Amino acid sequence: MSSCAPVRRAPLLVIYAALVFAFIYLPIVVLILYSFNRDGVGGFPPRHLTLDWYRRLFADGPIWDAVLNSLIVAAGSVVLSLTLGLLAALALDRATFPGKALFRRLVLLPLILPGIITGLSLLMFAVIAGFQRSLTLVFFGHGTALISVATTEIFAGLQKMDHAQEEASLDLGATPWQTFWRVTLPNLRLSLIAAGLLIFTLSMDELAVTYFLIGSENTLPQEIWGRLRRGITPEINAVSSLIFAVSVALIIIWYRMRTRGLGADAQELLERP
Amino acid sequence: MNAQREGSATPGTLLEVRGVAKRFGARDVLKNISLNIASGEFLTLLGESGSGKTTLLRLIAGFEQPTSGEIWMSGERLDTLPPFKRRVNTVFQHYALFPHLSVRENVAYGLRVKKTLANEIDGRVEEALRMVKMQEYADSRPSKLSGGQQQRVALARALVNRPQLLLLDEPLSALDANLRKEMQRELKALQRELGITFLFVTHDQEEAMALSDRIALLRDGALEQVASAREIYAHPATAYTAQFIGQTNLLRGEVRGGSTTCGAIRILSVPGPDGPAIFSVRPECIKHCMDASMQIQYARFKGTIRQQTYAGATELLEVDCGNGQVLRVRISARGPMSGEHEFAFSSEDAIRVRE
Amino acid sequence: MYSRAYKSIVSLPPLLWVGLFLLLPYALMLAHSFWAVHEGFVVHEWNLRNYHTLFSNPVYAGVLFRTMRIAASVTLCSLLLGYPLAYYLSFHAGVRKDLLYQLVIVPLWVSYLVRGYAWKTILGSEGVLNGFLQYLHLTHEPVAFLLYSPFAVVLMLTHIYTPFVFLPIYAALEHIPRPLIEASQDLGAGSAQTFLRVILPLSTPGLLAGATFAFVLSLGDFLAPLLVGGASGTMIANVVQSLFGAAYDWPLGAAISVCILIITISLLVLSERLEKRWSFK
Repeated sequence: MSSCAPVRRAPLLVIYAALVFAFIYLPIVVLILYSFNRDGVGGFPPRHLTLDWYRRLFADGPIWDAVLNSLIVAAGSVVLSLTLGLLAALALDRATFPGKALFRRLVLLPLILPGIITGLSLLMFAVIAGFQRSLTLVFFGHGTALISVATTEIFAGLQKMDHAQEEASLDLGATPWQTFWRVTLPNLRLSLIAAGLLIFTLSMDELAVTYFLIGSENTLPQEIWGRLRRGITPEINAVSSLIFAVSVALIIIWYRMRTRGLGADAQELLERP
Repeated sequence: MNAQREGSATPGTLLEVRGVAKRFGARDVLKNISLNIASGEFLTLLGESGSGKTTLLRLIAGFEQPTSGEIWMSGERLDTLPPFKRRVNTVFQHYALFPHLSVRENVAYGLRVKKTLANEIDGRVEEALRMVKMQEYADSRPSKLSGGQQQRVALARALVNRPQLLLLDEPLSALDANLRKEMQRELKALQRELGITFLFVTHDQEEAMALSDRIALLRDGALEQVASAREIYAHPATAYTAQFIGQTNLLRGEVRGGSTTCGAIRILSVPGPDGPAIFSVRPECIKHCMDASMQIQYARFKGTIRQQTYAGATELLEVDCGNGQVLRVRISARGPMSGEHEFAFSSEDAIRVRE
Repeated sequence: MYSRAYKSIVSLPPLLWVGLFLLLPYALMLAHSFWAVHEGFVVHEWNLRNYHTLFSNPVYAGVLFRTMRIAASVTLCSLLLGYPLAYYLSFHAGVRKDLLYQLVIVPLWVSYLVRGYAWKTILGSEGVLNGFLQYLHLTHEPVAFLLYSPFAVVLMLTHIYTPFVFLPIYAALEHIPRPLIEASQDLGAGSAQTFLRVILPLSTPGLLAGATFAFVLSLGDFLAPLLVGGASGTMIANVVQSLFGAAYDWPLGAAISVCILIITISLLVLSERLEKRWSFK
């Protein structure tokens, strides 16, 4: 069978695609560039490159408090969303109950609705229930809104899974509980990791829902937002550049894990007698 | 200067493949192929997977470019034209019907694209659908049709454009056995009726023999033999051909003074010069001593029947002649046999083949 | 294969949680939209005044329409950028396809805030773009409309949503069996005709999905206007935000939110129906 068809020449398209790429990346490049600019953000070209802004960033207490808060909320959200998302995915895959269609749509709603609606709804609920705006409330908000991410990923993983494996496990004498831990969960490993990474990233960056639920302690996006209202400093460029670097690192790790995971599985399959 | 237009090498030749080679990365998929296809003939490209037959087809269709060599059609250079400018149409292996168009619109596609007049389109589409017996499905979607039906639509879609050359890329391979035989019959009849030149690709040698005027056998990117089905079967040029098409026994020996001894078998009056030789003897040419009147020039041998496979009208016997030499013999069905028997075949049926 | 107990254990927790923390809050919002506010307190007096206000008050209607215009512009621009990019990757990129795909995805993982902030620094009067233009002596004073205008909001949101729009279109294009393209060419159609007659129709579901996503999320965005929109670039979500903040009127804010919700859900349902109809399975 022949290999892939020859790539046809279309110079205009190539140029256009390159321009689109430039549009997507240019702001980020500019952002990073100006984090090294002594004279602040603005003007052209940037002269006097310096690491001062990064030094100031590392000495900036409130920012790191905010980072810590964000990490705690994100980690908590991952746990909450994954647990409930896993159960929801299993329910959608295996159980029938009244209102199942409604449930599926309801779970997906926060993903496609603008954040402000979810945020305000939760705020109203909190007020009526007597909860104060706080980091805990933010954690609840993120965890609940992001269940949809977990559910979607894990459900897809369940569909791809070979159900005969679970049947084999039961056939060999394992209880459903054991089957779940020994067969189902390992098969869902990739989905769980993918979902977890995504939930973590989304939570770290979340601003719309957080805006309405936050109390006195800030998450990182909230802290940056607050400073923006007071004015632009290259310190914000610096922290943004760091966020970008961490994001890229996470993607690379995820990519490595995924391809290595697949490669390892394939290897195992080949070596099996 | 390459003339874009010149007279054909032979009158009646539609397509000329001149020294075409194709390389993918480090692999030479086609090596220096030269082939002429006559107008109105049914030529089959036959070969195993990887032999290059599909690549050659795609070169003629225009989806690949030759690494070297040229392709000419009707006295004009073909390989420099993009596929949509060639008077060549393809029936794809998995039909490639457009899922978003009805059967009628699928068939009309080639005509619409060339801005044919609406009433002419309608007429020609009707005619094409009638040819493949799919008129009643004109408004159906391809996804609702069976494999055989989709195949017919694909055929109509190609033929409605009245191409000079129709390429068929293993179109019957996805059909089950009975449907396959029926479609073979229909294809052959259609080709005869329309007189369009068909270039058919398959790995099934029975199919090739049933359908073709000529067969071009490809092996590892090179042409092994190009001849009519009967010619290829009766006079295979190489051992590979002899084994690929039909079944055969390959006997190896040394020719000295017009005769040879291959293992336990002595064959008198063989053609060709002295030296090492291979002979192809078809199983049906070997007769049981009780059947034929033995003549002097017959090669005879004795052997033990190791296995017997019943096939309705015939039996296929595996005959052990000793020293590891096993021959296959096909005789008319006569019930279970065993023990040692004597067989013979005419030296005319021992075809000398190249390696 | 799965026992009653298994199915119960698996369904009840998420059902309860989602019911309590999603359904109930949304229902509360709906309820609030029918209530009123008296002297700084929300009063549970059922009425339709809020909806009336929303549609009769020209300020609110004006902002709503501006928001829809902005959302439409963002959707259109994202499509104009995202579709050719997806087309290039799917049909012309050859071996570099995977790498380029990853490169398009990367910005999705990078903070919304970071990217919005980047535009803020670029578009300002003292910003990078103005500096660049003056450096090249193309202008002598800062161009004002770049920042704090609907233009800036559209620009920023297009930047955010182009990768979002790219994804489903790319997936749809990848799903088109390549023999169909060859068949089209075989039958005499050049690149343009093949695109219009085969590729575009078959990529429509992806296009719809991407466009809906971009429109719906742009519609409800309140952060972009706050960052780069200024006074002329406020959107309906900002109105809601202020009604929940300084201009304390939760019921009115809830009513507007419900409207946004209805528009959003209607578009999503419509889009889903159309996608199904045009998916040619």
